[in-house]
Amino acid sequence: MDFDLSEEQAILKQSVERMLERHALPRGGRELWRDISDMGLTALPFPENLGGLGGSSVETMIVMEAFGRALVLEPYVPSVILGGACLMHGASLQLRDAFIPGVVDGSLKLALATAEIGSGFSQTAIETRAIESAGGFVVTGRKCVVLGGDEADWVVVSARTGGGAGDETGVTLFIVNAASEGVTRQLYRTQDNQGAAEISFDGVHVTREHIIGAIGGGMSVLSRAVDTGIAALCAEAVGVMSRMHEMTLDYIKQRKQFGAPLGANQALQHRAAEMFIALEQARSMAIYAAIMVAEEDAGNRGRGIHAAKAEIGRAGRLIGEQAVQLHGGIGMTSEYPLGKYYKRMTMIDLTFGDADHHLAELARKGAMVGLL
Amino acid sequence: MKLTLDPQDLAFREEVRAFFREQVPAATRRTLVEGRHVSKDQMVEWIRILHAKGWAVPHWPAEHGGTGWDPLRQYIFLEELQRTPAPPPLPFGVNMVGPVIYTFGNAEQKARFLPRIANMDDWWCQGFSEPGAGSDLASLTTRAVRNGDRYVVNGQKTWTTFAQYANWIFCLVRTDLQVPKQRGISFLLIDMRSPGVEVRPIVTIDGGREINEVFLTDVEVPIENLVGEENKGWDYAKFLLGNERTNIARIGISKFRIDRIRELAAGQMSNGKPLLEDERFLEKLAAIEIELKALELTQLRVVTEEAKSGEKGRPSPASSILKIKGSEIQQATTDLLMRIMGVHAMPYHAEPRPGSNEANIEPADAAMVAPNYFNFRKVSIYGGSNEIQKNIIAKAVLGL
Ligand SMILES: Cc1cc2nc3c(=O)[nH]c(=O)nc-3n(C[C@H](O)[C@H](O)[C@H](O)COP(=O)(O)OP(=O)(O)OC[C@H]3O[C@@H](n4cnc5c(N)ncnc54)[C@H](O)[C@@H]3O)c2cc1C
Repeated sequence: MDFDLSEEQAILKQSVERMLERHALPRGGRELWRDISDMGLTALPFPENLGGLGGSSVETMIVMEAFGRALVLEPYVPSVILGGACLMHGASLQLRDAFIPGVVDGSLKLALATAEIGSGFSQTAIETRAIESAGGFVVTGRKCVVLGGDEADWVVVSARTGGGAGDETGVTLFIVNAASEGVTRQLYRTQDNQGAAEISFDGVHVTREHIIGAIGGGMSVLSRAVDTGIAALCAEAVGVMSRMHEMTLDYIKQRKQFGAPLGANQALQHRAAEMFIALEQARSMAIYAAIMVAEEDAGNRGRGIHAAKAEIGRAGRLIGEQAVQLHGGIGMTSEYPLGKYYKRMTMIDLTFGDADHHLAELARKGAMVGLL
Repeated sequence: MKLTLDPQDLAFREEVRAFFREQVPAATRRTLVEGRHVSKDQMVEWIRILHAKGWAVPHWPAEHGGTGWDPLRQYIFLEELQRTPAPPPLPFGVNMVGPVIYTFGNAEQKARFLPRIANMDDWWCQGFSEPGAGSDLASLTTRAVRNGDRYVVNGQKTWTTFAQYANWIFCLVRTDLQVPKQRGISFLLIDMRSPGVEVRPIVTIDGGREINEVFLTDVEVPIENLVGEENKGWDYAKFLLGNERTNIARIGISKFRIDRIRELAAGQMSNGKPLLEDERFLEKLAAIEIELKALELTQLRVVTEEAKSGEKGRPSPASSILKIKGSEIQQATTDLLMRIMGVHAMPYHAEPRPGSNEANIEPADAAMVAPNYFNFRKVSIYGGSNEIQKNIIAKAVLGL
């Protein structure tokens, strides 16, 4: 057992934090993306033979926690983590060679388009269809809340080539150029100011070479990619939560009412302690997610990720809501940074299923039996 | 012991329900169903409809336009109004400054202000909180110095709801620095158009524009705008805050929101069936509904007790229970409404720009669910925060 960072990991953490300090809130924009790729963070999770740095999920965790603390808005998760995982775990060698160098140097951005109106948090209850035609497939359907979809050059999209809504088999992943004929995008920001899009595919022609994974077997790639994304979001959430807790602690030490700091009230001391407990439990589960995501057994991996996302979602809600509460009126203002963290945390909870969803999924799959 | 309404009260409920069904302007109702803010014009239009019916200020004394309903009927009225949903009368006029004026004001003030509150000719806002005086309201520092027939007021109020619409503000101001803080406070009515009043908007976390800072710089206020006696303002404020808390349970609003939750959950799919048929979802909904039922009965116990004792609107420890539970349920319902919509809650739907032909982000029903969830964190902060309410229960009720 060893929870310490290695020397290289400690250096990574420090240099990411230093780099982010040079940018002001809200942390987004071209220059930040350039710094992120110049530092090699876009190369981090890819193998060395493809120009990557061969980092593990622990390195990703370190970076994501720093991103959470700094509230980075750039599409690192959509492009590098989700897009990257789809390529690494399912794409042909030709596709990897074609796309990974661009992702690695930051010049190419990817996004993952799965959710639809009516799909809920399910990856399989989709209606987007791909029908075989000369030399490939024709994709038709509409994808919702594609994070990073506003800037993505290429989009990995899930579509049904067989089976019916809810079936595990019959889902196929395609990588589609966002400038293809028949692709239309409605661009917007999310509640927490991330870039996103609704993307319609209206008879979009895709060649067979642009299929990721097996035809009809996309779910094994997709669930692995989503698990990887969730592990990264868990680490980001820990960064977000730790900042909210610090800000709250500072505030109740300094703000005075009734002639004493707010923090002199035992009711608030206990509240701050509960937030701290939730934060440490969440931190443990983010570490668990980083380890479990590398697990080859898909069943165990999935349950580990459900457990982590459920814990993170619940802790995040508690910490976010209480951070606002303990700040009083100030916590309700958009100018004060706390609200931005709180909204980011809430959106992380809703991404790829909220705490209740993951708790229910974990229960359905036999809970933690064998993992304790 | 019985939990049903008498036939007369049932008939009364039917009457008000039918009135709301027919009279609330469709666009206004729609605005509320979608979780948007009603505009100033929508608000005024609706209050004038209520006023024409004689129902704008039911709880006021009959001589000032009240209906003479007992507390139970007042409660039924408010619950039906909220559940319709119709815009609840703005509390600052009808629940806060109105009762202070008819209880502590002089004859001229009553004649001058009360009819205009009932018809919403004036829009009032509440100037209590200051940057340094929130929970500890009595530490407020806005100064009013008597100078001949006027006060000169200097200071800053904050979190002032809808000050941008208001033409009057009622303020707590410090008129004596030499005495313990509660005893040097006065209650002043200030015309917002006076020179030296400046309103600056504060954007809330949901992107909303409902609160403001109000700066008062050498504002001259005629002494006839002092309510009651100088330095007695704290007593009037306590009376006012007691009224605020009894109206804060908002059971009708939570019932409306539960109706809305059922409506939207019927249209959202989960594991191949509507969410409304999903057992785990129904458990969550049921847990909220149980709390709401309990709160409704608690509220009705308070209301019938008031009806018997004839002591209306007296601040009581029960109001702290109503405030805490009412706010928790409002927060639970806005949270669940957001979760129903899942990822569709994530897009930020900017207000459509005039002349814009940009399409809505679908599903349109999801547009306000996240902002409403964020916005409703306020209900456990204002009106005496939930922590302060618990302090009151612990001290005043439990003797701790
Ligand atoms: C949306 C909104 C609208 C508002 N509208 C108005 C308005 O129209 N007019 C107006 O005058 N005011 C208004 N307010 C102000 C509101 O009444 C104050 O925010 C409230 O009184 C809390 O004060 P504060 O914000 O200064 O927080 P603080 O008093 O600084 O409190 C911060 C936190 O500490 C807790 N706390 C404080 N003291 C204690 C204690 N002794 N024991 C335990 N916990 C404690 C509080 O519960 C809170 O969680 C509004 C506020 C909001 C958010």
